[in-house]
Amino acid sequence: MMILDIEVAAGDGWIGEIPAGGRFRIVDLHGNQAVDTLFFDAHDHANRYSAADTIREQGAAYLTTGSTLVSVRLDPLATIIDDTCGRHDTLGGACAQESNVVRYGEHVRHQHACRATFLSQAHRWGRGLDKRDLGHNINFFMNVPLTPDGGLTFEDGVSAPGKHVELRAERDLLILISNCPQLNNPCNGYDPTAIRLIGYAS
Amino acid sequence: MTFTHDVPGGAAWSVPVRRHRALRLECLDPGANVSMLIFAAEQPLERLNVPDTLKAQMSARITPPMVLMSDMGRALCSVTGSSLDWHDAITGHSLDTHVPGSTSYAEHRNDWRRSARAGLLDELWKHGLGERDLHATVNLFSKVVPAGDQRGTLSYVPGHAAAGDWAELRAEMDILVVLSTSPHPMDPLWSPAAIRASLRPVPPPGPRDPSRTFRAESARSLDQAERTA
Ligand SMILES: [Zn+2]
Repeated sequence: MMILDIEVAAGDGWIGEIPAGGRFRIVDLHGNQAVDTLFFDAHDHANRYSAADTIREQGAAYLTTGSTLVSVRLDPLATIIDDTCGRHDTLGGACAQESNVVRYGEHVRHQHACRATFLSQAHRWGRGLDKRDLGHNINFFMNVPLTPDGGLTFEDGVSAPGKHVELRAERDLLILISNCPQLNNPCNGYDPTAIRLIGYAS
Repeated sequence: MTFTHDVPGGAAWSVPVRRHRALRLECLDPGANVSMLIFAAEQPLERLNVPDTLKAQMSARITPPMVLMSDMGRALCSVTGSSLDWHDAITGHSLDTHVPGSTSYAEHRNDWRRSARAGLLDELWKHGLGERDLHATVNLFSKVVPAGDQRGTLSYVPGHAAAGDWAELRAEMDILVVLSTSPHPMDPLWSPAAIRASLRPVPPPGPRDPSRTFRAESARSLDQAERTA
C-alpha cells in the first residue's frame, strides 16, 4: 500500500516514518542530484545510521543493491533492494555553510546548505531531535571515488534522469532528507533539481 | 608545563588540550590503534567532523600536515607530524561484537577486553556527553586501503604501526580529546598496544606553517579558528 508520494523541490527537505517491512524509493527526476539522507530507529533516535560502521561491516566504501545500512549499535536499519544508479556515497558528508566557507571561501557563507535543512526538519519533527543526532549521512546518487593511494574527490554524478534507489525498512524508521542545494561542485551538476519520494507500507 | 602519561592497551582516556599545546602519541607496543574523538572544549556540540575534514583536503586518510576540522569549519588541531603517512578515518571504532572470546572484570580483572565503544562511552559520560555525541573516529596508527574497484573494497593492513611510531597534534583551540586504545575493529588479532601521551606548549602556526600552506582549505579552517579564538 502506497503511503507516500511527494516531490521535494531543490534545496528543500523531508522528514517522516516508514514502518518495518515497508519500502522507500527515491527517484532522481532530472539526474545528478545528491540526496543527503539520515536514518534513525523511529523509537530510539540515538540508534541512528552509522556510515563508518556500514562501510566496515560490508568491507566496501560504496553503497548499492545488497548493502545493509547499520546503526551505531550495528542494528540493521534498512537494506538497498533496488538501484538503477549503481553506487552511492556515504563518505562525503553533508554540505554546511561553515564547510562551504572552508572549501570555497567566505563569499559562499550565506548560501543555502544541507545541514541547515537537516536542522530545520529535525526541529520541525521535534521529540528532542537536534544537532547532536546528526551523524554522517548517505549521499544518494553522488559519486565520491576513493583511490588506492588514499585520494578522495567529488566527481560528476553517475546518475541520470529517472534513476532510482529503493530500500526496505528493517525496523520502524525515521528518515531525514535534504535535497542538496550545493552550487559549487559537480554533485548536483551545478543545477539542483527536484526528487520524488515514494513509500509503501509493505 | 609538560607531562607524560602512559595509556595501557585496551583502555580509554580523555584529556583537555589547550590551544597551542601539542599532544604527542607514541606507540609503546607494535600494532597500536587509537580511536579518537575531538570536541571544542568551550561548546562540545562542536566536534570533529571526519567527512568535512576529508573532503576539504581531498584525502581518504589522515596524514601530516592535515588539519582536523570541526563541523563549524574551524581547525580543532593540526597533524603537525607523524612517523606514518596513513591514519584511518573511514572504518569506525570497535564494538563489543569485535572483541573475541568472553571476558569479564570478575575473571580477568583489569586485563578484561573492552571495545572502543564501551571505553569511549565511559569517558564521554564523565563530561556530560554520551552516545549521541559518539560520531566517527580517527583511528591513529591503523591503515585500511581501498582497492580502487567498483565497490570500493577495503582491506585492513596488519602490522602498520611498530613500537616507536608516533603522531603529533597541535591544538588550534581549546579541545577535549577522548580516545580508546582498543584494537582496530578490522584487526584479526586482539593484541591491545599501549601508547605514551605527552603534552607540551608549542608556538602558534606562522604564515608559512606547513598546515597553513598545505591547501587553501586548510588555511581557511585555521583562519576560522583564529578569528574566533
Ligand atoms: Zn548538500
